Amino acid sequence: MITTDICIVGAGPVGLFAVFEAGLLKMRCHLIDVLPQVGGQLSEIYPQKPIYDIPGYPEINAQELVTRLMEQIKPFHPGFTLGERVETVDRQDDGSLIVKTNGQTAVSCQVLVIAGGLGCFEPRKPDIDRLIEFEGKGVAYMVKDPETFRNRQVVLAGGGDSALDWAIYLANIAARVTLIHRGNTFRGTPDTAEKVFELAKAGDIDLILQSNVTGLDGRENLEVVSVQGQQQALTLLPADHFIPLFGLSPKLGPIANWGLNMDKSAIEVNTTDFSTNVARIYAIGDINTYPGKLKLILCGFHEAALMAQGAFKYVYPDQKLSFKYTTVYGVPEF
Amino acid sequence: MIKITVENRNGEIAALEIPCNLNLSLMEVLKAADYDILATCGGIALCATCHVKVLKGAETLTPAGDQELDMLEMLPDAGPLSRLSCQLRINEEMDGMVFRIANQD
Ligand SMILES: Cc1cc2nc3c(=O)[nH]c(=O)nc-3n(C[C@H](O)[C@H](O)[C@H](O)COP(=O)(O)OP(=O)(O)OC[C@H]3O[C@@H](n4cnc5c(N)ncnc54)[C@H](O)[C@@H]3O)c2cc1C
Ligand code: FES
Repeated sequence: MITTDICIVGAGPVGLFAVFEAGLLKMRCHLIDVLPQVGGQLSEIYPQKPIYDIPGYPEINAQELVTRLMEQIKPFHPGFTLGERVETVDRQDDGSLIVKTNGQTAVSCQVLVIAGGLGCFEPRKPDIDRLIEFEGKGVAYMVKDPETFRNRQVVLAGGGDSALDWAIYLANIAARVTLIHRGNTFRGTPDTAEKVFELAKAGDIDLILQSNVTGLDGRENLEVVSVQGQQQALTLLPADHFIPLFGLSPKLGPIANWGLNMDKSAIEVNTTDFSTNVARIYAIGDINTYPGKLKLILCGFHEAALMAQGAFKYVYPDQKLSFKYTTVYGVPEF
Repeated sequence: MIKITVENRNGEIAALEIPCNLNLSLMEVLKAADYDILATCGGIALCATCHVKVLKGAETLTPAGDQELDMLEMLPDAGPLSRLSCQLRINEEMDGMVFRIANQD
């Protein structure tokens, strides 16, 4: 079990900056994000886009802002659990909280800060019968450990970079790789697309174009993927694995089950300190709502500062909070 | 002013009258009319949450650009009629067109 002062759900810009504001008040943080990298929407949706409304930066590339935030919070040595989704929050007798993920991680904390943005980034799932039923029994949405596929029959679907990259990579590992794509050209990087066509020509992978996966079958585990071409009849492919690769999109996810007052998909907060209706749980950034809310990075940063002032009383119940400028006291590294 | 027809996710059909001179995108019009469209990226073809199917008039639209095609590629339920509504500027040619708001993936 990890023990910390503040557990932050979401390592987007607002979650990251919250580490800084908490750190100034000597509160330690642990961040959890379902994505394998930090940065939230900035690194997942628009890493290469310039942002123009960050104070002091007339223009800054989104990924660059994430890098700067990471640098800024370094003195406070936050912990990170990436690639895991926070599922549950349980209260202890002393009021403190235990946060658990879908992985093995449990974090004991005095305060929970939800900086969950638009929600968990989750794989887009095609609408195919029995897809969900075969999850973990052949169906996966990402390649975590390529060795899982050694000498297996793998069917991939999609036409973007990740579908192409994995088709190439798995060609050497799997017994058979089949890539199904609804178009007849690829949108991925031209070099990668060319390589896929070459592999197909050499017979190292099977390429089925202008086709869609329409069904899955099997007893216990996945055994067959049915593929429908635009004109042709249905083809049945023997398959141990089916991996649809259609990118990620954010879904609110487990946050909806934590007993918080919600308005549509946003958490209602008190703007004095961005606390929720549940003691010791705060919500900052895109995930919260209040009259006048603007979903801007700038506003999330402000919310993080006020949250830290509010959270202090739970972390240091015996201390009085005194307001300090960084210019006067510097950054109290720990 | 032009008139278009919009079918929402529940299959309900309504007509919309839109002025042409405001340089609006179809996404902005749909949001203004309270349709359930997230449009997370604000209209720069980066989120694909403004997906519509063009049921009538698809051939008169300017073809999708590279960025739009890249995003449509990421939608498992996209087809030949699919467009990102943020990439469609309202103009006179759209008069009489019919759009269906695609399912949120
Ligand atoms: C294309 C685009 C352009 C934009 N341009 C600007 C701009 O110019 N200026 C501006 O100020 N804003 C802009 N924004 C908005 C800005 O990106 C958001 O306001 C900002 O990302 C919000 O930060 P956040 O930290 O609150 O949430 P996010 O960045 O959404 O991060 C939240 C993180 O929480 C994770 N998460 C959620 N739930 C869980 C869970 N249960 N378990 C684990 N992890 C979880 C998610 O995976 C995600 O990584 C833009 C947004 C987009 C999409
Ligand atoms: S609004 Fe994001 S792609 Fe159209």
